[in-house]
Amino acid sequence: MAASKRSNMSSENSTEDGLKANKADISSKVDLLIQSRKHANDVFDILEYLQSEKEKIVVSAINACCKLFCTLLERADLFVGQLPKEEEMLIGDHSADEKYRMFMRHRYNSCLDLLLEHISHDSYQIKESALCTLMKFASMEGKFPLQDLDWSEHYSFPREIIQEEDMALLISRFQEYLEMEDVRYYVMSAIRENVARVMDKNKGVVIPVYQNNVFTLLSNISMPSQESELTNYLVKQEAKHEDWKAAKLKEHKRAFERLWLGFLKYKLPSSMYKMVLVILHDSILPHISNPTLMIDFLTAAYDVGGAISLLALNGLFVLIHQHNLDYPDFYKKLYNLLEPSVFHVKYRARFFHLANIFLSSTHLPVYLVAAFAKRLSRLALTAPPAALLMVLPFICNLIRRHPACRVLIHRPSAADQACDDPYMMEEEDPARCHALESSLWELQTLQNHYHPDVAKAAMAINKPLSQKEDDFKELLELSTYEMMDRALKQKQSRAVPLEFDPATQLLQGSGGVGVLGMHFGLE
Amino acid sequence: MMGKPPKKKNISDKVRKAKTSKEIKNNPFEVKINRKKFDILGRKSKHDVGLPGVSRSKAINKRKETLLKEYKTKDKSNKFIDKRFGEYDTKMDPEEKILQRFSMERQRTQDKKNMYNLNEEEELTHYGQSLAEMEKLTDMVDSDDDADERGLLSAEMTASHFGGGGLLMKKTPGEQDEGGKQRAKSRQELIEELIIKSKQEKRERQTQKEESQVLTEKLDQDWKSIQGLLAHKNAPKADRAEDEDKPKLDEYDMMVRELGFEMKAAPSEKLKTPEEVAREEQERLQQLEADRLRRMMGDIVEDNTKAPTHMSADDINDGFVLDGDDRQTLAYQDGKWNINEEGEKIEGEEGEKEESGEEEESDEEESEQEGEEDGEGSEEDSHSDVNSEEESEEGGEEEEEDEQPVAVPQLSEKVQAEAAKIELPYTFTVPECYRDLKSLLQGHPADHQCIILARTQQCNHPSLGIGNKLKIQKLFGFLLEYVGELATRSPPELSTIDKLIPQLYDLCQLFPETASKGLQTTLGDDAHSMEEVLEVKGRTAFPKLDMDNTVCSRRFASIIHLIYLKITALLFPTSDFRHPVTTPALLYISQALTKCPVTSLKDLTSGLVLCCLALEYVSFSKRFVPELINFLLGALHLAVTDKTTGYSVVPPFRRSGKASDLLVLSSPESSQTWCKKTLPLSATQTLTLTSDLESDHYRLSILATCLDLLKRCFSLYRELPSCLHIFQPIATLLSKHLPIKTYPAALQEVHGEILAALSGCLTPRPPLVFEKKKPIPLKLFTPRIVQVLDYGKKRGNTKEEREKERLKHKYKKEFKGALREIRKDSRFLGREKLNEVMARDAERKRKVKELYGSLATQEGEWKALKRRKNSRR
Repeated sequence: MAASKRSNMSSENSTEDGLKANKADISSKVDLLIQSRKHANDVFDILEYLQSEKEKIVVSAINACCKLFCTLLERADLFVGQLPKEEEMLIGDHSADEKYRMFMRHRYNSCLDLLLEHISHDSYQIKESALCTLMKFASMEGKFPLQDLDWSEHYSFPREIIQEEDMALLISRFQEYLEMEDVRYYVMSAIRENVARVMDKNKGVVIPVYQNNVFTLLSNISMPSQESELTNYLVKQEAKHEDWKAAKLKEHKRAFERLWLGFLKYKLPSSMYKMVLVILHDSILPHISNPTLMIDFLTAAYDVGGAISLLALNGLFVLIHQHNLDYPDFYKKLYNLLEPSVFHVKYRARFFHLANIFLSSTHLPVYLVAAFAKRLSRLALTAPPAALLMVLPFICNLIRRHPACRVLIHRPSAADQACDDPYMMEEEDPARCHALESSLWELQTLQNHYHPDVAKAAMAINKPLSQKEDDFKELLELSTYEMMDRALKQKQSRAVPLEFDPATQLLQGSGGVGVLGMHFGLE
Repeated sequence: MMGKPPKKKNISDKVRKAKTSKEIKNNPFEVKINRKKFDILGRKSKHDVGLPGVSRSKAINKRKETLLKEYKTKDKSNKFIDKRFGEYDTKMDPEEKILQRFSMERQRTQDKKNMYNLNEEEELTHYGQSLAEMEKLTDMVDSDDDADERGLLSAEMTASHFGGGGLLMKKTPGEQDEGGKQRAKSRQELIEELIIKSKQEKRERQTQKEESQVLTEKLDQDWKSIQGLLAHKNAPKADRAEDEDKPKLDEYDMMVRELGFEMKAAPSEKLKTPEEVAREEQERLQQLEADRLRRMMGDIVEDNTKAPTHMSADDINDGFVLDGDDRQTLAYQDGKWNINEEGEKIEGEEGEKEESGEEEESDEEESEQEGEEDGEGSEEDSHSDVNSEEESEEGGEEEEEDEQPVAVPQLSEKVQAEAAKIELPYTFTVPECYRDLKSLLQGHPADHQCIILARTQQCNHPSLGIGNKLKIQKLFGFLLEYVGELATRSPPELSTIDKLIPQLYDLCQLFPETASKGLQTTLGDDAHSMEEVLEVKGRTAFPKLDMDNTVCSRRFASIIHLIYLKITALLFPTSDFRHPVTTPALLYISQALTKCPVTSLKDLTSGLVLCCLALEYVSFSKRFVPELINFLLGALHLAVTDKTTGYSVVPPFRRSGKASDLLVLSSPESSQTWCKKTLPLSATQTLTLTSDLESDHYRLSILATCLDLLKRCFSLYRELPSCLHIFQPIATLLSKHLPIKTYPAALQEVHGEILAALSGCLTPRPPLVFEKKKPIPLKLFTPRIVQVLDYGKKRGNTKEEREKERLKHKYKKEFKGALREIRKDSRFLGREKLNEVMARDAERKRKVKELYGSLATQEGEWKALKRRKNSRR
């Protein structure tokens, strides 16, 4: 388009004119079609336009189809009931009126096929208007059923939406239809079948784009939490409301559950694994009719290790807490999750929030708590300052909750017997790591940390801890940048101290040896 | 008669009068002893002994003088009452009073006047004279007149005024002689003549004066019109010309004033001997060092200097204070029992003072340095006046150079400086914006830039002008920006930056606030941009070490940051417990070391520069930087060929990945040809390694740096309690995984040293124990001291209540006393009245008696007469 613009204005004008003419043509034909049956054959032209190359023409054709078939549906000008084949139609003895309706019905069907094809079109505009038109047809059909059967059982979901292309935009457009209860219900069942079919066809191999689409669609489904919220329907069905599945929350939940289980049954790419785990606890678990079915998935995730395990913790917590899950060796695994990277990952805040909850019970054995405290403090030797500010009060809180752990920071009985650290970092069983016989020398080390706040926080172990627990909730999300920002914003009451050693060179050593100058040259 | 009754009345009075006070006191009959109910120790009672007689007579006397007098003059005397408006109204302002009175006065006068008289306004006066008249007169002439008359003492006048009739006597004959026919003038006529004459004279003088006045004015105006045309230089001359018109000042007066204003010779400070100067310098450095240590210990210490305000009575003076907030003095610091050892350490204020002093001194130092660098920079400093400097520029230069001590170390530099002097102007205006500075420095070599900056500073030194301070303050920011720009050039002009460092330091010493603000904002911005990238890209952001970044503006960002961080370390003390600039800078380093993944050798190089910086930052305070160890471990990990087990790497490094073999040598032979050399700083920006051998050499250099840094880290952290655990992963890596055999001998040596040191650090530690607390002494209560205002019953707890109670009591007492006094007064008056009545009665009786007596004598006489008559008869 841009190229033609530059090359010659006339051709551009001509295409423009052509567009306009086409549009006018389409609209006039639609009007004629609606006015009288004489022009019935014009519908072919419109369907031809629908297959056009040009985006704008297609869009206007889609709109025209929408208008046309909607009026026809309204007028009941489409054949109702079992549709005979096109060839049979001519043979069979039907009245002219009936023939016309059959003819129109066939055109309607071919139009639907074309629109479904368009959903996988390149242009987003076409995709969008095709989708909207389809949904419009769906709702019109609901009002004026074309068949005697329950129409909704035959509701055809635009499967192409989750085909092997990135359709995130379209899916977000589709989300507003998902707000409607009946659409959601039937979409869920449709997707389930689709997923099962596609994945079986691919024999369980990861298909990232397809799965990504499915995931986007699934995560966009927002389930109602109460039956009374089921009010927003695309098609109202007064009569069958009693046994209509789409009107029952239980059925919704069941469908949702089957959908997710069906989806999670297959192997997922690891990034999606994480995303699923992130939303699991608050947008999936509460809406599943039987959450315990998720146990397998979660335990598997918990065993994976690394960040995925950290994320699985949240779902597991919900199951343990609300659904009475008994997980053997839970604490042992939690203990083994603690490794240096735990302070560096993105989910640090979430992990420590949960760990705080898990370790808040006062019925935990002392050795366990001591092991956690010792391991955390050992790991703190490699942590960045923001994490340290969070983990130091965490350790102190552990000791506060379990006064028997006080020996970790106060062992007057052996005050003068120097010893090596009996704690074994490599031991995986917290019961056998000898943490209780050790002391938190690491915290003493951190009293020499370069950041003043960290050093101060570590000083807390020098004195008997206060009764009240430190609140580190707001420190959970703290980042190094925020710390820096805080340090920069601090009002300086006194004059800024200055270096008194006069600086003469760039690489001159400051406060000691010029390490930089030793290894690096100015060039 | 009148004085008699009271005299008779009081015996005590008589007694008092008769006897001296001593006698009275010794007289047991005069003394009344008040019995005490309880003996109270330590209380002195005023009222244990009373002298009722004395006091009574005193009271009576007093009444006689006051009450009695009043009584006597009752209905007889008159009183002066000031009936002016508002005289006794205390609420009115005096001004208001006056205004009111004035308006009332005017009203009164107005009323009297004719109400239809509109035109006539009353006259305004001043000192009784009409203002209107005064305005009309030109008092100048008047006064001149007076003065003239006062000064003029002609013989004639004197004669006529004071000479009595002599003059007249003399004159008359003369006149008679002149006009013989003329009848001799009478004295009266003469006087009139004289008056006329003097008046005439006066008039003449007046006209003359007026004329001269007009002339002067005209001259003045003329002068004014030409004044503008005349050159400024001539002005004093013209003034002098006018001065001549004025009466000449008395020479004596001038002398006196001169003497008065003459400068007193102030005692100058003693010249210091070199030893003294050296000692002072040493003391100052020691002071500064102590200050640095204090700041390193942290801000807790600063609270210590506060003396406890309250001293209990039970204070054993052991420094223990019961108050909660004062307990901070018992705080622990850096794990050490903190008893007031800081006594010898100076307080904050002194420190500041010291610092300000230091600024000046450093100025001097700076100027000395300059003296070494460019021939006469310091000499220029001594000139206070820029103009004069400009004028004497050409001539003075050579002399100054001759005076310059020959302590110039490098001849070449001197030559260079001289060359610069020839080319460069001597005064510069302070650049107003960054562009100005750039254009000022553009095109000059580094040394010249330095000189330009130094001269700019000298010419616009804050002491030379009011606005200079603000201008120069801005210079720091521009200079910083300029340094940033220099660093972004390719290749970066690091040597120029190096030359600019003294200037930066100098400016920083002058304006610490601006400098810290400037560096803080750059640091904050950098950190902010890094944070933004982090958020956008997730974990894979490398704003700092981004060398292979596609974004061009980012590309050079890194080396600026490194330079800025280094400058921060040069300008501000890095060892402080908390410092507004260096603490954020360290945080920035930490953020960069933990968040930026290492994907290339360039990244690694800038990472190592950061490590060096971090090490420099903490080398004095020996603080623990986990990120430093993590990075070194990660860097060494890149050299390991078999990356399977043994130790855990900390992010941003991964156990295995695409860039995890960065430091693995491509061929072991290259280590034979390697020799240690310093890495170029610009390698953080552009690194071109053409051959495998070259890159292997580079890798080996990096490894050598890593190992050396590791050695330094270890020596720093050797004392830390968990030193072993800090270095454990590194020790495993070094001993088991690093292919040390393939490395050159120098590296092997360092490696061996580190391993030996690491194995030696396994020292057992005693378990942690809380710091021993000083036993808290039993709580002893200081008696609560309540201020006693009134003895006796005390109710109420609060101060106000007690005060109220006291006042009530006092009022009651006063009331009773007043009642008693009134009663006594009335009794006294009653007595007086009774006395009066009695006296009157007695008088009457006496008179009646007298009458009776006279009547009796009359009767007797009459009877005797009658008897005699009868007898005669």
